[in-house]
Parts: sequence; structure tokens; C-alpha cells
Amino acid sequence: MSLAEFFVRHRSEILQSTGEHVWLVGAAMLLAILIGVPLGIVVARRPWLSKPILGTANVAETIPSLALFGFLLPVPWLGDRADRLAIVALTLYALLPIIRNTSAGITGVDAAVREAARGMGMTDRQILWKVELPLSIPTVIAGVRIATVLTIGIATIAAAVGAGGLGEFIFRGLAMVNNQLILAGAVPAALLALGADFMLGVLERRLRPAGLTAH
Amino acid sequence: MSTRPDTDPIIEFRNVSYRIRDAKGQTAKLLDGASFTVFRGETLVLLGRSGAGKTTALKLINRLHEPAEGDVRVEGKSTHEWDPIALRRHIGYVIQETGLFPHYTVAKNIALIPHLEGWPEDRIEKRVNELLALVGLDPQQFHQRYPHQLSGGQRQRVGVARALAADPPILLMDEPFGALDPLTRGEIRHEFQTLKRNLGKTIVIVTHDINEALLLGTRIGLVDGGKLVGTFSPEEFMRFKEPSAAPYIAQLRELERAGGTHESG
Repeated sequence: MSLAEFFVRHRSEILQSTGEHVWLVGAAMLLAILIGVPLGIVVARRPWLSKPILGTANVAETIPSLALFGFLLPVPWLGDRADRLAIVALTLYALLPIIRNTSAGITGVDAAVREAARGMGMTDRQILWKVELPLSIPTVIAGVRIATVLTIGIATIAAAVGAGGLGEFIFRGLAMVNNQLILAGAVPAALLALGADFMLGVLERRLRPAGLTAH
Repeated sequence: MSTRPDTDPIIEFRNVSYRIRDAKGQTAKLLDGASFTVFRGETLVLLGRSGAGKTTALKLINRLHEPAEGDVRVEGKSTHEWDPIALRRHIGYVIQETGLFPHYTVAKNIALIPHLEGWPEDRIEKRVNELLALVGLDPQQFHQRYPHQLSGGQRQRVGVARALAADPPILLMDEPFGALDPLTRGEIRHEFQTLKRNLGKTIVIVTHDINEALLLGTRIGLVDGGKLVGTFSPEEFMRFKEPSAAPYIAQLRELERAGGTHESG
């Protein structure tokens, strides 16, 4: 049986797993953006907090993903549902690029622009919302883009704790030494990553404030 | 308080010092015991080398810096007693790099403070066009441009227009024409000289350029090594025998000899 035939025959399972995968990654990314962007602002604004925050996010990033899923398993409430656990673990992985890029975007704003803003009598809040954040948008989205591609890959490991997703095929294929099964997980995951990368790239260009020259 | 133009103190430095702590934890005095007064309608030019403390003095006026010792007073009130936002909106600020917002059109850049102050749209629109014309830019043509579509000279004109937008009585300018090529600089400088005559603002300009100081200043404050050597009328400055003034006068002689780019006339 060719790979194509295999895909066609198992299309409903593949679609279902892809759906689970998208749910895990989507929920994790949403959380990571909601947490990471404010943390990135804090890191940029309060340099003394940057070490503890970036340090923690860095450590989370270095824990091997399989081990992180394992560590979280005995945690009460988290361990109760596999998808909940997977989403939290993926969120931890997605945080670092988002925090780092948000903070880099803000600190990267031209010092002269910031000085002029302050000197003209804008409040800190006005400077953040009218100057720093709009000018950081391309960098923030670039961080989200990196985090998304990363998370789509790592989410295949969520199957190890029973959270479903495209990793199901990969783990089953490994166990049964069946390449077609492995590819049934790996190919859609790769396509998801490419698609997300492309779409976020388009978004990055669309949301780039007018007046900013492309890099 | 008297309202005679030359006796109404708008900005006062009373024995003002400012210091910073450097990377090694040692404090450096950027400004040391400076005292001077700027009267209503005057243009004081702070002249000095890079790092002499001119910019520091300027930033003490709009409270981007706060004095370590002494008192900076604006319109009779210590900058500490001012709300910093109200103080800064009361003072126009122009810097060498312009600091125009790259994501705002020229019109939106100029309209920034009127917007924050809640002016009605039609009044803002009128003001923007008026200011563009004032700084010599065709409103039709430049209204919707972005800063990156402007030349250095045009950007600096927009920077001046933006600082004047809410009609502040005081204007601070930090090397406003320093980044421009000599020809454009000369042009804008002369235009600004005419402009400032009509505006009647109290202006403090920082520069290292003796030509600019003589052309624009009603008084020149010489700053050297964090100290204010003194304030002088342009004529007094030319006669001043202090060694710290000598290099500027020598620079001027050299320029004159080189072919009369001297613009103090």
C-alpha cells in the first residue's frame, strides 16, 4: 500500500488528530501570548525583573520536552486531564520567544523617539500604547511565529501523556516499526508548521504599522 | 510680577548640580553649581563642547533630569512643584535626531500634543496646516507623508512644528540643526531666526557651533567642564578674554579667513 493510499484510507483519523493538535497548539499559544506579552513589557520596563523572568523562562525551555510532560503529570489538577497538562507544558515552551521578542521590540524603539515622547509630556502609559507597542508589533509577531512553529513540533510529544494530537501516529509507528504510521503523524505536523509560519508571516506584514520600512 | 519683556524671569537656575553614577559606581558631576536666569522672550544659547553639560542643563528644565542640588525654577515655580507632564506640555522640545514617530504621518506627529490635550478635530487640522506653512512645508504635499519619506531638513522642520503645536511659551532645542548638511543648516537657521522673532517665545538652544550661537542667541551661556563660565551678549562674548572662550573665537576667525561663512551679521 502506497503512502497516499494509506493517508486516504485513514483520513478521518488523521483529520481528527490534526484537529486535536491544532487545539493543543492554539490554546497554548493563546495562553502564551496573554502571559508572554505583558511579561515582555515588564522585562523591558523593569530591568531588575528581567533576570528572574527570562531566567525562569529559559530554564523551562531547556527541560527536555518529554521530561517536562512527565514532571507535570503528578501535579494536582494539571495531571487530571491530559490535554490540560499538555497545554500548560506547551505554554511554558512558547513563553520564552514571546517574552524575549516583546521586550526586544520595546527596548529596540529608537531612544530619540522615546526621549521626544517623554520630553513632549506623554505619560508612561501613553508612550507604551501609542509608541512602544505599535512599533514593536513586527517583532512581537515574529516571536509568536517562532513560538508557534516550535510548539507544533513539541506538541507531537503530548501523545506520550495521552493528550492526543499527531504524535499518536508517531508513537504508534515507532512501537510497531511502521514508517507509514510515523509519516501519518509527521507529514501533517510539518504541513501545519509550514502553514502557520506562512500565515503569521502574512500577518506580520499586514500589521506592520504604515510608515515603518520593511527590513 | 513685572511683565516687562526683559525683566520677567521665565527660567532660573539657582546653584544647580547634577550628577550620575558611572559603571564603576563613581559619581560624576555633569553640571556643577550653575546659576543663570532666562528672561521672557530671550534666546539663551548654551555653547560648549560635547559633554560639557549643555544638554544636561536643558533636560533639567523640562525635568527629564532632576537636580541633585539647587533649584530649577520655571515661571517662578520649582520644577519639583510642577506636575512633570504639565511642565513638559508647557515647553516645546526639539532634539537633534528629531524623534519623530516613524509610524505617524507628518500631520499626526504635529497633532500629537493637541490630540492628547483633547483639542477638537477641526482646530487640530487648522493648526497643523498653519504650522506646516510656518516652517516652510507645503501642507498639501507633506500632510500625509511619513518621516522616512522626508529629507533631514524637512524632518527637522516637522520637529520644530511639532514642538510649537500647542503653542508653548518656552522652547528647548538640543542641537536642532546639528545633523544637517552645512547648506541646509544655514538655510534653516536663517529661517528660524525670522520665525523666532515673530513667535516671541522664551528659547534655550544648545549648540557647539559658535556661528549658531552668535546668529540665534540674544545671550550666550558658555559651558565648560560642567560649569557655567558666564552669560554674555554676542558682542561681549567676542571680547571675552577667558581661555575657555578662545577656541570658539579662533574657530570663528578661521571660518572668516576661509571665505566668509560667518553668519553672525
